[in-house]
Amino acid sequence: MKLSRNRTGYYIKEGVVSIFTHGLMSFASVCIIVAFLIIMGSFALIALNINAVVGELENENIILVYIDEHLTENEARAIGTRLLATPNVTSARFITREEALTAFIGRYENTERFKDVDATWLRHRYNVFVEDIELISQTRDDLADIYGVAKATANLRIAQGLVTLRNIVSGASVIIVAVLLVISLFIMSNTIKLAAFERREEIAIMKMVGATNSFIRWPFIYEGFILGVFGSSAAFAALWALYGLVADRAIDVESGLISLISFSTVSVPLFVVFTVIGFGVGVGGCGMALNRYLKV
Amino acid sequence: MIKMTDVFKVYDKGIKALKGVTFTLNDGEFAFLVGPSGSGKSTIIKLLNGEIAPTDGAVMVNGYNMNKIKMRKMPYLRRTLGVVFQDLRLINEKTVYENVAFAMRVIGATNKEIRARVPYILKLVGLEHKTGMTPPELSGGEKQRVAIARALVNDPQLIIADEPTSDLDPARKLEIFMLLQEINKLGTTVFVVTHEKTIVDRLSERVIAIDGGRIISDGMDGYYNYEVE
Repeated sequence: MKLSRNRTGYYIKEGVVSIFTHGLMSFASVCIIVAFLIIMGSFALIALNINAVVGELENENIILVYIDEHLTENEARAIGTRLLATPNVTSARFITREEALTAFIGRYENTERFKDVDATWLRHRYNVFVEDIELISQTRDDLADIYGVAKATANLRIAQGLVTLRNIVSGASVIIVAVLLVISLFIMSNTIKLAAFERREEIAIMKMVGATNSFIRWPFIYEGFILGVFGSSAAFAALWALYGLVADRAIDVESGLISLISFSTVSVPLFVVFTVIGFGVGVGGCGMALNRYLKV
Repeated sequence: MIKMTDVFKVYDKGIKALKGVTFTLNDGEFAFLVGPSGSGKSTIIKLLNGEIAPTDGAVMVNGYNMNKIKMRKMPYLRRTLGVVFQDLRLINEKTVYENVAFAMRVIGATNKEIRARVPYILKLVGLEHKTGMTPPELSGGEKQRVAIARALVNDPQLIIADEPTSDLDPARKLEIFMLLQEINKLGTTVFVVTHEKTIVDRLSERVIAIDGGRIISDGMDGYYNYEVE
């Protein structure tokens, strides 16, 4: 135990000393991590905001279910339970023919011309909300098959458009993040390779005096870990500040049109992801870079 | 202990460096390995510290069979050796103390053990007043002594010194060889590769001469019986 603490202290000390000894290289590594995480984080925030907007629009995308005009209001209300039992339906709001007529007339300024219109000309109806907008066509057909339902309609083009937009944003985000991750791992690995190349003599000496591979690796791992965590923390702080600026401007200029999600709602998962990636890129890059110098 | 039995080494390009080398160096012995450039001296050193493997024949070092040793066991073999490299291989960024302590750190010594042992070894090689200096601040002889201190610090069974005095003036050379003799008298086996005919003749120790990859003489008369070109 004593030996282990002694060694851990030595590894950390060597890692820290190496960061300052190879200051330029360390600075370059941190910059790579910060740049990568800011780009990745920006994409993630854009994707999250688009998803939030799409989510809101999804909530407004409903199926209109018209009840057979021969049914009474009570009979029409009774159908509600069957609508709710249909797969993918989350809620259903009953609208009487009178309410429907009032809403219809309310859209126009000149209500005089509707004074002779009778509510019985319209049908009782339901506004049905769905869970998954991609299944809206199937859900509409299922609802239309229920006894007592005269007709079920949905704006499939809007629904399909929203689904396509969400899929494109999600797919593009995954691809961009994956590509950036590979690029940054590669750059980080090469940066550490340069550091290891600079220290190849030292590594060779360590091997010659009986150092195990793990003894040589640990200081580099601590170095990568410290650089990774430092880079991810700096990137997180920078992104927070940038997002705050953008959010303030969006609200000032386009008040009411754009509503960005609050940074605090995503800060914890974003920080965890940044730390994990910073750690992974730092430590993984070190591991990849060192292998060739350990074969002595 | 070193035991080489009919050892051959052929490099990738077909260069035959060793052609049936056989000799034994027992525990506590002192021996010089002499021979011209390209005779196979460096190949023998590399075989002994595990940098390369023999093409044929058997090499035993401190109880380790170098023909069968696994890579993960190599560090433990190297801990039984103290090697003084021709190019010294000191770390210029570390102080004299750190260069020596570093070899102890590698084998897992505690800070307390390092604090007790390193000053003793530095005193033994006469560098107790240079502990805070870095190698670029030292003379050639002082650097050699740091390399010897590093080789000694883990109390190895065998010291291998590869041309340990190549860049020194005659007085410093003799001083280094006498230091190695003193170390041998304390019980450590010492194997020295050198070109220094005058000093070899003066120290009256065992001399193994190699040329063209073959041992051409192995005598206890202490004379450099081979004419270096």
